Amino acid sequence: MSDVEEKEALFSKKNRQLLINPLDSDNPITVQVLGICSALAITVKLEPAIVMSLSVLFVLSAGNVIISLMRNIIPSRIRIIVQLVVVAALVILVDQVLKAYLFDVSKQLSVFVGLIITNCIVMGRFEAFALGNTPWKSFLDGIGNSAGYGLILVVIAFIRELFGSGALMGQQVIPDSFYDAGYANNGMMLLPPMALIVVGVIIWVQRWFNPSLEEAN
Amino acid sequence: MKFLRDALDGIKPNFTSGGKWEKWNPVFETFETFLFTPDHVTTSGSHIRDGVDIKRLMTVVVLALFPALFFGMYNIGYFHFEQLVALGQQDSYTFMEAFLFGLWKLLPIIIVSYAVGLGVEFIFAMFYGHSIHEGYFVTGMLIPLIVPVDLPLWMLAVSIVFGVVIGKEIFGGTGMNILNPALVVRAFLFFAYPTFMSGDKVWVAGASEVDGMSGATILGQLGSGAEAVVDKTYSVMDMFLGFIPGSIGETSTLAILIGAVMLLLAGVASWRIMLSGVIGAAIMSALFVLWGANPLMDFGFKHLLVGGFAFGLVFMATDPVSAAQTNTGKWIYGFLIGFLSILLRVLNGFPEAVMLVILLLNVFAPTIDHYVVQASVNRRNKRVEDKIKKALSA
Repeated sequence: MSDVEEKEALFSKKNRQLLINPLDSDNPITVQVLGICSALAITVKLEPAIVMSLSVLFVLSAGNVIISLMRNIIPSRIRIIVQLVVVAALVILVDQVLKAYLFDVSKQLSVFVGLIITNCIVMGRFEAFALGNTPWKSFLDGIGNSAGYGLILVVIAFIRELFGSGALMGQQVIPDSFYDAGYANNGMMLLPPMALIVVGVIIWVQRWFNPSLEEAN
Repeated sequence: MKFLRDALDGIKPNFTSGGKWEKWNPVFETFETFLFTPDHVTTSGSHIRDGVDIKRLMTVVVLALFPALFFGMYNIGYFHFEQLVALGQQDSYTFMEAFLFGLWKLLPIIIVSYAVGLGVEFIFAMFYGHSIHEGYFVTGMLIPLIVPVDLPLWMLAVSIVFGVVIGKEIFGGTGMNILNPALVVRAFLFFAYPTFMSGDKVWVAGASEVDGMSGATILGQLGSGAEAVVDKTYSVMDMFLGFIPGSIGETSTLAILIGAVMLLLAGVASWRIMLSGVIGAAIMSALFVLWGANPLMDFGFKHLLVGGFAFGLVFMATDPVSAAQTNTGKWIYGFLIGFLSILLRVLNGFPEAVMLVILLLNVFAPTIDHYVVQASVNRRNKRVEDKIKKALSA
């Protein structure tokens, strides 16, 4: 089995699928419905959403590689504990880096950096992919899935910050003349329920364009 | 009338399947059935119990809303001119002046409500290729009655788009919604633009431009706790007749009662929901009087007269789509609406309680029905089992 894989090109069609599929047809949030909690909690503003996406990108790709490297020596009965140790170590690393260099954002993200440990996407990819695939493929899978996660996060945060605070990345983008003319920020956008509704609308729009995703019932 | 019929028949082929404007068929059909009684007949066996169709049902509800609507118009003018008189800018005003002022204020709201709401319905009907339902007919009239008079129209439009899409269309349109769309619109407004939906300035037309004027609702005043804030007192008669500030259609309990009688006589709304709602609210109010820890608790049975309670119970809670369907379920559903409305109002100091409680119970209505049906099934099973046991032992 392994010699077949060695012959495969670094970016063969299959490997490219690993990167691209999670962006749309196998998106972790809108199709696998994983990682919803953080999508609701830290998407009020764009900046924390981006930082969160990058953190998950690091944790998931590095974790996937590590788990994949150890996949043949992890006894399957204690694999969850091993996975937890790996992800916890990586998350602590991310947390410390954020505290050192991005203290404000780190405060905004507060407990949610630590909660990457329990982010379903991370454990889900370890279990479903890294345990059964080579490090390179796992790396691509990690990048792809966290990019799909980040994409949705950024879209939600963009909508919520634009309409909720009239700003993007903390900079006001809706001109004062709008406010003078009677425009008002939408307070509902700042509340978590609206994030859920935005996720729902994204899922709806995505399935509108991609009917094959619709569940038969 | 003949020329209308001929004109419609003339362009009809364009809209039927295969025609030039096939896509626009729902629009055509709506106008046609609006003008003429549809001539569709069912092709297989049907289950007609009554000569009432949705359109006529909806018309009854809209007619029942008229007393509240007309009183709302007068109420807008009344408070506006009272304010001017209090400020010394005007000496007196006539009944007609007040009424016409209210009409002038209310008309744009109604027009926006129908234009935006029906626009959304048209778009969805065309995308999904179904005909346009009459459901929005009532919703479009309910919405203007549950908003403050000075609400900016664009906010209303945004909320209606949200309410109709999220509250109704995503579930499949008229008859499929689990929530009352008009209440979804109001809830969205309340959470999205709270400064325009509460406080002491929004309830009286033009009050925001006047310093020192306060048109706080009774619940708003009581909820703020300090009795010193209560700068104007209203008699129980004022509350009953509706000479109090509030959302446009909710102030007059009398006008709402007239509407309730019309709904009950026509058999459109459920008397079980209304009665149990009043009982629930009365029990809760009585309990709070016994507790009596703050002005809101001491308010007692007057709770039934103020705020959105009467309007919500008569026109919102009885919505046949989102309410409980079984008779026992309706008792439970109505009772909980009344009970929880007063509970939330008093303990949360939250004047919008009725809206949120009805939405909550809308969500729970299918659960209530499920257990009612299960209980009935179990009871019947037990009866059969008992009979078998008796037969065996005999």
